[in-house]
Amino acid sequence: MIQRLIRIFITNSLKMISLLLAVSIISFILVCASPIDPVQQYIFSLGTAVSPQQRAEIEEYWGVNEPPVERYLNWLGEVLKGNLGESAIYRRPVADIIGQRFLNSLALMISAWILSGLIGFALGCVMGLYQDRALDKILKKICYILSSIPTFWLGLLFLLIFSVWLGWFPSGFSSPIGVLSENVTVWQKIHHLILPALTLSLMSFSNIALHTRQKLIDVLHREYAQFARARGEGKWMLLRRHGLRNIMLPALTLQFASFAELFGGSVLAENVFSYPGLGSAVSAAGLNSDVPLLLGVTLLSTLFVCIGNMIANILYGIVDPQIREVHK
Amino acid sequence: MEQKKDALLKIQNLSVSFRRYNHGLEQENLQVVSDLDLTVYPGEIVAIAGSSGSGKSILASAILGILPNNAKVDGNLYFKGETLTPQLQQQLRGTKIALVPQSIAFLDPLMKIGKQVDGHRRPKPVQTRKALFARFGLPQEIQYLYPFQLSGGMARRVLVSTALISDAELILADEPTPGMSLDQALEALQMFREIADQGKGVVLITHDLDLAFEFADRVAVFYAGTTVETAPASDFKKGPDALRHPYSKALWHALPQNGFHPIEGFQPYAGNLPPACLFAPRCPYATEKCRTQAPLLREVRGGEVRCYYGA
Amino acid sequence: MKKLNRRKKVIIWTVFLVLVFLCLYACGILIPEDVIASDFLDAKHMPSWKHPFGTDALGRDLFFRTLKGLSISITIGMIASAISAVIAILVGISVAVGSKPLDSLINWLIDLVMGIPHTILILLISFALGRGLKGLIIGIASTHWCSLARVIRGEVLQLRSQPYIAISRKLGKSSRWILVHHMLPHLLPQFFVGLILMFPHAILHEAAISFLGFGLPPEQSAIGIILSESMRYLSTGMWWTAVLPGLTLVCIVLLVDKIGEHLRKLIDPYSAQE
Repeated sequence: MIQRLIRIFITNSLKMISLLLAVSIISFILVCASPIDPVQQYIFSLGTAVSPQQRAEIEEYWGVNEPPVERYLNWLGEVLKGNLGESAIYRRPVADIIGQRFLNSLALMISAWILSGLIGFALGCVMGLYQDRALDKILKKICYILSSIPTFWLGLLFLLIFSVWLGWFPSGFSSPIGVLSENVTVWQKIHHLILPALTLSLMSFSNIALHTRQKLIDVLHREYAQFARARGEGKWMLLRRHGLRNIMLPALTLQFASFAELFGGSVLAENVFSYPGLGSAVSAAGLNSDVPLLLGVTLLSTLFVCIGNMIANILYGIVDPQIREVHK
Repeated sequence: MEQKKDALLKIQNLSVSFRRYNHGLEQENLQVVSDLDLTVYPGEIVAIAGSSGSGKSILASAILGILPNNAKVDGNLYFKGETLTPQLQQQLRGTKIALVPQSIAFLDPLMKIGKQVDGHRRPKPVQTRKALFARFGLPQEIQYLYPFQLSGGMARRVLVSTALISDAELILADEPTPGMSLDQALEALQMFREIADQGKGVVLITHDLDLAFEFADRVAVFYAGTTVETAPASDFKKGPDALRHPYSKALWHALPQNGFHPIEGFQPYAGNLPPACLFAPRCPYATEKCRTQAPLLREVRGGEVRCYYGA
Repeated sequence: MKKLNRRKKVIIWTVFLVLVFLCLYACGILIPEDVIASDFLDAKHMPSWKHPFGTDALGRDLFFRTLKGLSISITIGMIASAISAVIAILVGISVAVGSKPLDSLINWLIDLVMGIPHTILILLISFALGRGLKGLIIGIASTHWCSLARVIRGEVLQLRSQPYIAISRKLGKSSRWILVHHMLPHLLPQFFVGLILMFPHAILHEAAISFLGFGLPPEQSAIGIILSESMRYLSTGMWWTAVLPGLTLVCIVLLVDKIGEHLRKLIDPYSAQE
């Protein structure tokens, strides 16, 4: 068992490294193909403040005068040393910005992830228990409709209803404007987190809900559920004793495998709510041609997704042997 | 025959049909059990024998009240003289009426054996379970195992334990022998014999006719969802002349030790049943009457038969 | 008979939905630019008979702007998902050749594209191509083929193990012959259904990327741009600029989804039981 998991871990790690390398190559090529020259752009944004010496440093970092392959290798070496370059819009090392903003984004994504997992799982269980009844049909419709709603529009609606009309929530930024970051209380941070997290979780729970519904229906049609019924177990008892046990891990696996959608959604949610996380940073970086920041966030988001997939694979490895042996 | 007064389970004219939607629009009723009669007394094993597709397993679900929502049940069911209403069924499931399932597929693959045998009722019958395991020669440690870790013989005894852990008076055993070697099957049936000898009623649903009449007291022969004959098991040992219904006789002849003579034709498919006697299309003795008017169950020589000519 | 009736019903529904869709699309295309020209005297109006969706801060009629924007989004969505579906089928059937390294490579490629959050990848591609229409289409096309490619790959693998294909192979038919005669007829329905189901996603992504400012230039009427502009005026109470165009977008997406679902029922009745 342990050996199996270690094997899964190692193969996944190797795959992750290969994917990260490929992503770094692709994104580097894309950025270089862009009509916007990072060095020119950077110097332009610094205005007259740049001294010839600074300019030379920047040119060396980007290897302006070298052939593309060497430029890439040079850049990769710097990245591996932890030097992601300096952001043009924030005038600070990219690693610092990402580190700080990633915490904000992580708070947002984790709360949305947990919320959508809980809502989705609970709704999925209810739908499965009441399969083909009115309640199930209505909830299923809602799930389908929600998956057709763009994240950012739902965010706009929330902003309109809860911030503009009801005034319950602030309309942006993870802390009140004009308050020093040291003085921001945890409650204020949470207050700013609620709407974006809610938007993000509403966008992603339908997937897990529909999946859980199907899994529960499968379980309820299995022989062991039939037998449990014959022993006098009611609907909810069945769910508690056999349902949860058999559908929890697959659902958790799916939830870990959804990190890509989560990250993509957070980019939109953060932009709508002006939430200072990676998502708003990356779109700002793209719009202002802040190449180092753009590359940094791309690599980080890939790492994030890969870690989610790896956890999903390992979880799957835990469930798998039991199921396989039963079918033998 | 003084037993007759307090039948444990009495089924009269039971019919079960399934509503089915054909291609989403057309509603169709599939009759799977029709006009079934069966009585079980305490202390006896009644074997229900019939080929697959004769509605045997549906019967167990109907008694327990766990048929799917699209099933429609007609007829009268009595448990110890009381009408079996859905409420009563709900009360009796797993307490007074217990099911012994076929195989370990009926155990939750992810739940440990101990918890599984105990069931969901509280307080947990831990002491009873330990006593049962001891009685069946099961090591106590298996309570910490998962179903897939059990050997076939152990699994069999565990499944029986799930029924005996309650103080059930009626045990329904659904096909307990397929896939077993002869020794295992004999062991399993011996277990049911012991249970019956303790004064419980056992319904043994099986298609192993010869095993059934070795261990059962009475045998009910199933055909296309109804009982065509109920006879003392001894009649099956005596031979075809002691039997009453042409189908029972044909079944007897089809047994390997009696010449392996198959019956011609096929069991009618639910939804395509003959209008009157269900066996008429295959019956060598069928007359016009059999094809127009369904025969009722009648008593013949200490057994019951659903045939105009059975004697 | 009954089966036919039901099938007919689905066909009639599908035709109706397709007609509604085409009408909306044609309206959007045919709207002349001067209808949505700015008119400062008419700015910031609530929805009324004259302007069903109201007007925006520059006095442009939002109803026509939304229709126009939708038609742009639909065009982009159609081109992008068509390219994407072609990539998917090419990638999917290359499994049919039966080379193991190629299959691993394809799996790795799919993992690669799935490994970067789509929004980020489209954003990056759009950035590399200098924003605008081209970047948008290429970005969406290069991110949406994965799941369909997986479906087709699965189908091909399943077909490959079918006895009649094995027999064909034994009879000396070439891989290409088998592909054209035995596999494509099974794959084409999957391809079309996949294409149509991909389409709503493509529209949603187009809207999202335009919303972030990476798609079309701001003077265009794309739906993402309308919504992104509306964000600036939300706090002034111009709710209609966000609510109505967004609602229309959702309706279109649901409409296309429904068409896809119906078509799946028609083409592949067994997998569409649910």
